[in-house]
Amino acid sequence: MNAVETAPEKTYTALPLVAPQLPKWAPLIALLISGSVAGLVSLLAGWGLYAAAFVTVLLFAIVLPAWSRGVEGARRSKDRLATILIWSTFGIALIPLVTLIWQVVENGAPALSAEFLTYSMRNVVGEGGGIYHAIVGTLIITAWATVISVPIGVMTAIYLVEYGNNRLPARIITFLVDVMTGIPSIVAGLFAYALFVLFFGPGVRMGFGGSVALAVLMIPIVVRATEEMLKLVPHELREASYALGVPKWRTVTKVVLPTSLGGIITGVTLAIARVAGETAPLLIIAGKTDSVNFDAFSERMASLPVFIYYSYMQPGVPPEFGQERAWGAALVLIVLVLFLNLLARAVGRFFAPKTKR
Amino acid sequence: MSTTQSSAEQSTRSARRPGDTIFAGLATGAAFTILVALAGVAIFLTLEGWPAITASPEEIGESNIIVYVWPLLFGTLLAAALAMLMAAPLAIGVALVISHYAPRRVAGIVGGLIDLLAAVPSVVYGLWGIQFLAPKVLPFYQTLQERLGFLPFFEGPATSGRTILTAAIVLAVMALPIITSISREVFLQTPTLHQEAALALGATRWEMIRMTVFPYGRSGVISAVLLGLGRALGETMAIAMVLSATGVVTFNLISTQNPSTIAANIALKFPEASGISVNVLIFSGLVLFVVTFLVNFLGRWIAGRGQVKG
Repeated sequence: MNAVETAPEKTYTALPLVAPQLPKWAPLIALLISGSVAGLVSLLAGWGLYAAAFVTVLLFAIVLPAWSRGVEGARRSKDRLATILIWSTFGIALIPLVTLIWQVVENGAPALSAEFLTYSMRNVVGEGGGIYHAIVGTLIITAWATVISVPIGVMTAIYLVEYGNNRLPARIITFLVDVMTGIPSIVAGLFAYALFVLFFGPGVRMGFGGSVALAVLMIPIVVRATEEMLKLVPHELREASYALGVPKWRTVTKVVLPTSLGGIITGVTLAIARVAGETAPLLIIAGKTDSVNFDAFSERMASLPVFIYYSYMQPGVPPEFGQERAWGAALVLIVLVLFLNLLARAVGRFFAPKTKR
Repeated sequence: MSTTQSSAEQSTRSARRPGDTIFAGLATGAAFTILVALAGVAIFLTLEGWPAITASPEEIGESNIIVYVWPLLFGTLLAAALAMLMAAPLAIGVALVISHYAPRRVAGIVGGLIDLLAAVPSVVYGLWGIQFLAPKVLPFYQTLQERLGFLPFFEGPATSGRTILTAAIVLAVMALPIITSISREVFLQTPTLHQEAALALGATRWEMIRMTVFPYGRSGVISAVLLGLGRALGETMAIAMVLSATGVVTFNLISTQNPSTIAANIALKFPEASGISVNVLIFSGLVLFVVTFLVNFLGRWIAGRGQVKG
């Protein structure tokens, strides 16, 4: 027996061509093992679902690399560990999304009714009432913000792409737009307040002020989106137009803008979706009221996010009704925002520029 | 590109029509409106914040404005820094999933889900944080206090889930999408030849990512984290709702005594404020504006430098 075993082992001159590998089903087996162990332990120890899932992933991140280290060597083992860790970051990132949507739907759905959507909170104590005033406020404030920011945003993008020529002023504006993207929403609200105080005196509250604050947040998004779209328009189109003797401004309005219209609408819709959920600026300048107010230029104006905030934080007595209304309004707001997002994507796909990419 | 544009410009210049002049004026005017608006933010905040500097101690409630703003600034920086500690590794991982790990079809779905996270309004995050997250993390904090209570961070007493750490978790969730989307773009731009060269030398996928993707994307990721930090610094409603703040300066992350943040403090106090306290709050807003401006400036600068190099 001894004689047979010793001879051939030492005579390797070259490395083997194929390194030993774990079979394809190895991760599955390892996952099953770690899952069942974790399940068993958590049953015995009485842990919850989260703990069991956490332990499963943890065990999996130990079992598979260890197995791989035995068979495949340290480098492959490290690769497998990295793969597990990187995929698990995605899993962790999903937890808030899933629990958030579940919470909003579960808590918000019972509040929804025809009355909830068509009544204001005027003279409502305790049960009943609705968010009509807040919906109206959000629509009016957001509409004004759009009216302010779209012309400025689109024209700025036209300046940057068509007239800027990447010279110093254009580069400065580009940089400022980037900086503007980072303005905290509450600072935009304070800006609107500080601006309106100059005209209307201290303690001013009006819906239009909220629109100004939201426009500050919206303009950079519109500029960015429009700029990207204008850059996609092929230069041949512009040159063809110039060759026909069309002046530059007609070229921009009749050739460049229509070509990129879909993308611009997408960008504007996304920007609206973004600012429709802003709370902080409206809390400061638009204020809070229980009544319907259609006039953006006088008096306080309710809005969905501010309504949610106050209904939850100051629900009144007893607190259940206020909190239920807050969740109901949150559900309405999320549906509105997601609808705008989907709409933006649909528009973007529908009008997608037919360029080679 | 620039040559064709400038030659087109020259040819139209000979016959410049009034429409052209007006349109160019409108475009330039809009662009400079942005300049004016940004300058306006700084100027109006300074104008309205100025009285706070000269205000008497009893009007502010503290001996001077710096003593008032400092704990808030500390809380702002602490919460945002904690959020980045949690969000940055996660976001880089998710970005790698999208750019290098997931099959293309799955990557699109993953990206869409993360974008969905960005679309949720901050006040809804606040609701989620106060009603769902805070009670869920409380047992975890109690364990932390029992096991790691000797560390100053986890001294406790852990009796409430509405701590600065919970607020930081919410901030991390909110900053995750922006870091992910920028990192993803940078990772996707890694030259394919570099990656293939690494793989051809026998590198595993992880080694390939460490050798080609990370060095190439380093400045992009740093700027992404800084932009996420800018977002976290200015986030208001989630903190105003989740955090039960007492305005102390402490590194104790899970106690009932929590530092407040500038933005949350403004949101909580502004609606009822009048007189000089409005100016005090606006001054703190100015401080926040300057801090976020610097952070964003740094982020954009690093991103721009990276672009020139790449």
